[in-house]
Amino acid sequence: MPPALSLATSPTPTRRRLEVLPIGIFLAFAVLPAAAPLAGGEHLLSLGSRVMIFAIAAVALDLLVGYGALISFGHAAFIGLGAYAVGILAAHGIGDALVSLPVALAVAALYAFLTGIVCLRTKGVYFIMITLAFGQMAFFTASSLAPYGGDDGLTIAARSTFAGFPLLKNERAFYYVVFVALLGTYLFCRALVGSRFGRVLRGAKENPVRMAAMGFDVYRFQLATYVIAGTLGGLSGFLLANASEFVSPAYMSWQRSGELIVMVLLGGLGSLNGAIIGTAAYLLTEEWLSGFTEDWKVIFGPVLVLVVLFARGGLIGVTAELWRRLGRD
Amino acid sequence: MSTTLLVVQTLNGLQLGVLLFLIAAGLTLVFGVMDFINLAHGVQYMLGAYLAVTFFALTGSFLAALILALAAALLCGLLLEFLVFRHLYGRDHLDHVIATFGIILFINHGVKIVWGAAPLSLPIPDLFSGSVQLADGLLYPVWRLVTIGSGLAVAALLYVLVSHTRIGMLVRAGATNAAMVSALGVDIRRLFLIVFGFGAMLAGFAGIMIAPILSVDPGMGDTILILAFVVIVIGGIGSIRGAFLAALLIGLVDTLGRSFSVDILRLVMGPSPARTVGPALASMLIYLLMAVVLYVRPSGLFPAKGR
Repeated sequence: MPPALSLATSPTPTRRRLEVLPIGIFLAFAVLPAAAPLAGGEHLLSLGSRVMIFAIAAVALDLLVGYGALISFGHAAFIGLGAYAVGILAAHGIGDALVSLPVALAVAALYAFLTGIVCLRTKGVYFIMITLAFGQMAFFTASSLAPYGGDDGLTIAARSTFAGFPLLKNERAFYYVVFVALLGTYLFCRALVGSRFGRVLRGAKENPVRMAAMGFDVYRFQLATYVIAGTLGGLSGFLLANASEFVSPAYMSWQRSGELIVMVLLGGLGSLNGAIIGTAAYLLTEEWLSGFTEDWKVIFGPVLVLVVLFARGGLIGVTAELWRRLGRD
Repeated sequence: MSTTLLVVQTLNGLQLGVLLFLIAAGLTLVFGVMDFINLAHGVQYMLGAYLAVTFFALTGSFLAALILALAAALLCGLLLEFLVFRHLYGRDHLDHVIATFGIILFINHGVKIVWGAAPLSLPIPDLFSGSVQLADGLLYPVWRLVTIGSGLAVAALLYVLVSHTRIGMLVRAGATNAAMVSALGVDIRRLFLIVFGFGAMLAGFAGIMIAPILSVDPGMGDTILILAFVVIVIGGIGSIRGAFLAALLIGLVDTLGRSFSVDILRLVMGPSPARTVGPALASMLIYLLMAVVLYVRPSGLFPAKGR
């Protein structure tokens, strides 16, 4: 065991203060249903579920981009695969999550493993583009599934049952299932990046040659991360299919993959909290802007450009910077 | 699978290839010289087409529309460079992706507001309308031949510019090592601006030439952008020669694949599964090709620099 891996373990005051952030986020999600009768009702609940579902995929993507410097431009494919697993099984009368959830995860994991073997041979921009290519392949495969709706997508008759029990039917129960899934994803990823595995991954991000020289097979660590992130994408897809009771190739479009990257970056890379905040910020801004103009993208596009130009480090970075300045004065 | 159909589809593939080259050339230069990922390059192609439609409506002459639209496309490119891109050189690739993604959102919807969401069309100029007989029973639209010809002419011009002029030499040097070129006293900012503007103009030109063949709609830039990226990645980033060969390869593989995949698959499977699998396989063929190329050569076929 190489000795130089205990760099980031000494707890600093900033570290402890940031613990407030995830607790705050999850507390806010936990009490949201209580606020639902006051404003928004059912709509607020489904919006909250939607944010958390995409946050699962965004946290997984942050694992790749923020901790592994592996910019995947095809992450939406895993969401789509998970969603299609649910849709196709439901079309054959298998609507139980005890079957469809493992299948969704397994399909996503397998696709991540097979494509990861090829993708991880490339570096930098080539990696961005080859993940895009595999995303497009999944997209076109889904578009050509004529028995399952092709371009038009596939309506799912009913939400998945758990061992025959229609747990997800109730909007509130569904919300808390998604909540638990996001919490589990977050805690798992946190434990992962804090572990030896995570330190190797971060080391490979900073200097892969050095990590290799220290005796780590960087490729295998990255492949494992890619498969984990893909599987979590499949989980997000499973939930998304149940949330909208509909699957379509649009779930896997490259624009969707781009949006996921935007979500992670908007919140701030490499913190996992940032991915959740960024997802919420993106989807809520979309919801808010589209409320009063159909052409919300005309406003949102320049906002993105301004965020990149002036708000380095995303929302978390900007807040931390403000915090620091206020503290100094 | 008749010979006539094969010839026609080969020409169509060539035409797509030439078009892809016009777009990929700018993309690969911007990428190679400035290390900048410009997702908004497809938007410039779309703007070219829309501007041509507008100027044609104003002037009634295709030539005037072509010249005015080219100038306007150049102006748009320079404006974008000035406002956004020049502040992002040297930043992380992720920043490029997000900022240019934002520009795509803005311009795609801006176009919808200005020109409407319905597809527009540009008539083929009278001089080049109609078809020409290439062989017995083989008619081919003149405009498509003009597109192929002008694309090849631009490719030749680009070759001369890049390999036989001073500015081309600087561009090649910049693609190999931009920092060194700057250290030798070349105004690298100006070089960047020129390359960028030129790339934008080429993309605009592609948009103008394709406008009479395809419909002009707000999503047209997105599809072609992804294809152009496939081209430059297969060709090797920063290499004009690689982009040219890869563009023709992609154009031919995509077009011929779409035309003949069902027929070819019928040789090995029943007609009904062939009809289902064929189109799916055809649409993924180029991505499959890209995956194979990158698996064998992780930096593309003709990488400009040894990275």
